[in-house]
Amino acid sequence: MQRTFAVGIGGAAGQGVATPGDIFAKVFSRRGLHLNAYNAYQSIIRGGHTFLTIRTGPEKVTNMGDRIDLLIPLNQDAINRHLALLAKGAACLYNAETIKPGAAAEGVQLCPLPVSKLADIRRNKVAQNTLAVGAALSMAGIGFQALEEVLTEQFKKKGDAVVGENLGIARAGYEYATVNFKPFPWSLPMTQNRYAVLSGNIAMAMGGAAAGVKFYCAYPMSPSTGVLHWMAAHARKAGIMVRQVEDEIGVINMAIGASHAGVRSMCATSGGGFALMSEGLGLSAMMETPVVVIDCQRAGPSTGVPTKTEQGDLWQMLGAAFGDYPRVIGCPLDIGDSFKIIAEIFNIADRFQCPGIVLSDLLLSEGRLSVDVKDLEWEPAIDRGELITTPETNSNGSYKRYKITESGISPRAIPGVAGYTHTAASDEHDEDGVLISDEFTNPTKRRAMMEKRMRKVAGIAAAVPPPELEGPRSADVTLIGWGSTSGVIQEACEILTEQGIPANQLQIRWLVPLHGDAIVRILNDARYTIIVENNYSGQFARYLRSETSFAADGHIRKYDGEPFMPHHIVEAVKEQLSGKSKLSVPEHEVLV
Amino acid sequence: MATAQGYQWHVTMADLKGKVDPDWCPGCGDFGVLAAVEKALVELQIPNHNVVTISGIGCSSNFPGFINTYGMHTLHGRALAVATGVKLGNHDLTVIVTGGDGDGFGIGGNHFIHTMRRNIDLLYIVMDNQIYGLTTGQTSPTSRIGMKTKSMPFGNIEAPVNPLSLALAAGATFVARGFSGEQKHLTDLIKRGIQHQGFSFLDVFSPCVTYNHDNTYQWFRPRVKKLEDDASYDPENWVGAMEKSLLWGDEIPIGRFFERTDLPALHAAEPVLDSGALVHSEGRLPPDVAHSFVRELM
Repeated sequence: MQRTFAVGIGGAAGQGVATPGDIFAKVFSRRGLHLNAYNAYQSIIRGGHTFLTIRTGPEKVTNMGDRIDLLIPLNQDAINRHLALLAKGAACLYNAETIKPGAAAEGVQLCPLPVSKLADIRRNKVAQNTLAVGAALSMAGIGFQALEEVLTEQFKKKGDAVVGENLGIARAGYEYATVNFKPFPWSLPMTQNRYAVLSGNIAMAMGGAAAGVKFYCAYPMSPSTGVLHWMAAHARKAGIMVRQVEDEIGVINMAIGASHAGVRSMCATSGGGFALMSEGLGLSAMMETPVVVIDCQRAGPSTGVPTKTEQGDLWQMLGAAFGDYPRVIGCPLDIGDSFKIIAEIFNIADRFQCPGIVLSDLLLSEGRLSVDVKDLEWEPAIDRGELITTPETNSNGSYKRYKITESGISPRAIPGVAGYTHTAASDEHDEDGVLISDEFTNPTKRRAMMEKRMRKVAGIAAAVPPPELEGPRSADVTLIGWGSTSGVIQEACEILTEQGIPANQLQIRWLVPLHGDAIVRILNDARYTIIVENNYSGQFARYLRSETSFAADGHIRKYDGEPFMPHHIVEAVKEQLSGKSKLSVPEHEVLV
Repeated sequence: MATAQGYQWHVTMADLKGKVDPDWCPGCGDFGVLAAVEKALVELQIPNHNVVTISGIGCSSNFPGFINTYGMHTLHGRALAVATGVKLGNHDLTVIVTGGDGDGFGIGGNHFIHTMRRNIDLLYIVMDNQIYGLTTGQTSPTSRIGMKTKSMPFGNIEAPVNPLSLALAAGATFVARGFSGEQKHLTDLIKRGIQHQGFSFLDVFSPCVTYNHDNTYQWFRPRVKKLEDDASYDPENWVGAMEKSLLWGDEIPIGRFFERTDLPALHAAEPVLDSGALVHSEGRLPPDVAHSFVRELM
């Protein structure tokens, strides 16, 4: 197990939780440290309670972890919620003039800051935040210069005076802590590595730009809006047409239109917006016009909990739009993978002329992770499939848009190419695009067209690799997860193995096609199987069972809006291996 | 004679004949609209491969299958959204959207309003028959109060939408009304709508001979009055156009109600498209641009 250091900053929305968070993230990543950040927040602009966890360490940090080493409460509410959860060795930095700490566990260092003595709080309303950042870095054994560099960048737009003022406050906090507080026994190391810090939304937006997306449209919806914001801010440099549309019905249809014109098109939403896109997904499938849709899941149903995470949209994805049609659904395993999967899914959608769905969730889309710049491949393989863009191979009027082929793929001509005029139709149609739905329904033709489209399913399956077992071959327990739970399950496996319960992991990245046979081959060799997922009904467990008849031995589910922490899984596994339960629902102890 | 990609084209009516003949009821107003669109494309000499006709669902929305251009037969009410994407993907194309009053003003009402305010360069022809035809005769958003249909057998009690006033209020930069029974006039409006740089809305009285026994050819003929016959009418005057759009009864104006040319079409307002149509743009980002995106995050 690697050593990590986690800072937790809590306060009301509008109190400035984000800025110290950004400063810590920059200081850590420039020190060559990895980090993972998760912000628990609410749908409110001012007030409420926000809690940001930033966990850092020299190796990849896959999740927010179990413990807070340093708590920075910005108000009384935050200390009331979190202080009692601190364990031995942790510290709490707080404003001694506004906050009264309650009881803390033995070995927790309480660090009161005399804020008005260290800074002019009439001039600087967020002085307590800056003092705390300075004090924290002193206690973590990081030289002041690193903070000076980041603060200077942060405030340079506001002029030298503001930079100077903030540096002064930070230095006062730093020096006060050096004299008055006990440093952490483990100084944060420094490495030569340099990481970019990305949210999943930024990763997916940049992944789109790398994949050649030239048209992006969306309707704002948490937690997917970050994709729109990145796209809008970078559109002109990246040569991407970005439109904000009246609703998600318009979004998907507009994206399909641009794709039909020959442009790679993408859109992102969350469950509610995706519900509105459902009919459009069927249009993409029937017209055989590719489109890529990102769904960042949040806690549902209905408006649900807009700022909380869940893996509750799986069956919506599986069942979106009526009728049978080929589709591909991938779920990125972490934020770096959120970049990579976009080009992969575009290649499949383009080759097989079908909708592609990227299933992310709030944990990934709004979480942040340090990513090695080398892992951001800006020139990924691009396969546009059988696309006719020039009239050179003029078909002399014999072109059939929906030609029946062995692969089910029919060469797709884009509008503007002479000699290939045709109608792309949402009604069932013949090979040449002529409707067979209204006047001349024809069972033979209908069957042939259904079979043509569905033949693409086999090709898609061949284009996507089956999942592989991670960790030791032989284990007492095999944990199965999908998408964003990858990192926390990995850490839980490490903890269990260390504690004498060898554990391994099967993480699903491609939901459709599922490769059920390969999964069952792996799981049939497992001693005890547990499916871990962030929803109430075991959506993946039910899907796996419906596709393969495989029923797992046990289940760990969480549907309180917050992501899993490693100990939730570890304790549930122990509970299940001792025969106490087959379904564990861990309690989220942190009230955020 | 238009040229495209080095070839010489001469567009004829025969070029535009679709793979199948229209299956509209004999006497349907939509035949007249199809004929007028074909004549307009021939008169403007636009090669058929540079034209995309896009529709939603309904009798009139079968239009793209009856003309030999690129076509899309999309979802009920969504044609304008799809067409916006097509035009932004390749703004060199001539995009014509066709559909009915239910498709455009009912299920597609939201897109109708927003597409107009966007001033995207396309021609939207609504074949307005004031009834739902393909679903065998229900009340439509333009059915008059009192009209008896299968869905309102005791008479419609909801006020109809006024498509022209709505288009003017929503910011359409070209607003016109035609009548399927006035071929030459309609052809001229279609030509002007195609040539207009921006969103062109053309509402066409296209009588349903099967289900609408109120608003028939016989009912329209004595009532329609061409705005073009009134030399004092100024189509640049928005307030005047709004007043004319409210006329209904013994006299119903048809013609070009309003046109303004001082606003850029959407594709012209977006610098991303300055270097040409998106479909022709380079897929890969220059390495220095990609690098600058990553540097922001370090």
